[in-house]
Amino acid sequence: MGNGFAAAPGAMLLDSSNEVDFFIHSYYEFELFGQTLSINTTMVTTAVVCLIMLGLILFARHEIMKDYDEPNVVQNVTEMIIEMLDKMVEGSMGKHAPKYRNYVITLMTFILLSNLSGLIGLRPPTADFGTTFSLALITFVMIEYAWIKNKGFGIVKDLLEPFPVFLPVNIISEFATPVSMSLRMFGNVLAGTIMLGLWYGLMPWFAKIGIPAFLHVYFDFFSGAIQTYVFGMLTMTFVADRCSD
Amino acid sequence: MMSQITNEGLILACSAIGAGLALIAGVGPGIGQGIAAGHGASAVGRNPGAKGDIMSTMLLGQAVAETTGLYGLVIGLILLYANPLLGKL
Repeated sequence: MGNGFAAAPGAMLLDSSNEVDFFIHSYYEFELFGQTLSINTTMVTTAVVCLIMLGLILFARHEIMKDYDEPNVVQNVTEMIIEMLDKMVEGSMGKHAPKYRNYVITLMTFILLSNLSGLIGLRPPTADFGTTFSLALITFVMIEYAWIKNKGFGIVKDLLEPFPVFLPVNIISEFATPVSMSLRMFGNVLAGTIMLGLWYGLMPWFAKIGIPAFLHVYFDFFSGAIQTYVFGMLTMTFVADRCSD
Repeated sequence: MMSQITNEGLILACSAIGAGLALIAGVGPGIGQGIAAGHGASAVGRNPGAKGDIMSTMLLGQAVAETTGLYGLVIGLILLYANPLLGKL
């Protein structure tokens, strides 16, 4: 399953005769060190999302720099968003906020734009287990780094809590964090992608006018925003928890 | 009659049943999220001023409770679209 749901030809119960399509396609394949690698849908959509993000940021910067002392609409909106996010990070990380603020805000912007990219017809990058698991791995490394930096060899004592017998359980629960975080977002976004793919693929033409808008509002806006919030909050909570005890 | 069933057909049929059974996992999160939402509503009723905090705590708790259901969903999707059992034939 390493590649999201890349096509596994024998296993498709929905065959390709109808137009249901929510799979990852590979556009270009090449060999590198004996491995077959491919440029696939996720990479293209990730690049598109990053370009959109970059474009928005450069636009905001351009508008702000035009006349810094006389704020215009773009500057006000940008400051409002950044202040809101800052307050959120501040609220859950306390005095550790300045160190992690940039990362958490970048992460949340990327996830939100990825989840919303279904609106413009892309397959969201977060509907690929590769993307969500990489994001969760970054969080995992941050958690462990904060823990080791805070406690040093004291982590061995923590791992033996409450009894030494619990060592394997504690280690497993440590590694369960990134798996559960990534599977949560992957499952949510993929469920939305599949629902919309089924609707667009199986419904008659008149059902594709207007009605998908409601599905998009629920699966892309609501679910996407909640998953963004949850992923960011969990990252902050776990890291702050390890920073300060 | 049973001899007409191919190995592949048997695996596909059992996988479809298994995917259906895996989605029973959705019952638990449904109950849990309902309980969380109910307690959230009563908390807002008691203390309307803290609505924002209650909402964010409730949503976070519900999203965490949802995880077990999503494990079931992922198992079901693997059985339907990326079936590992077919490779064992």
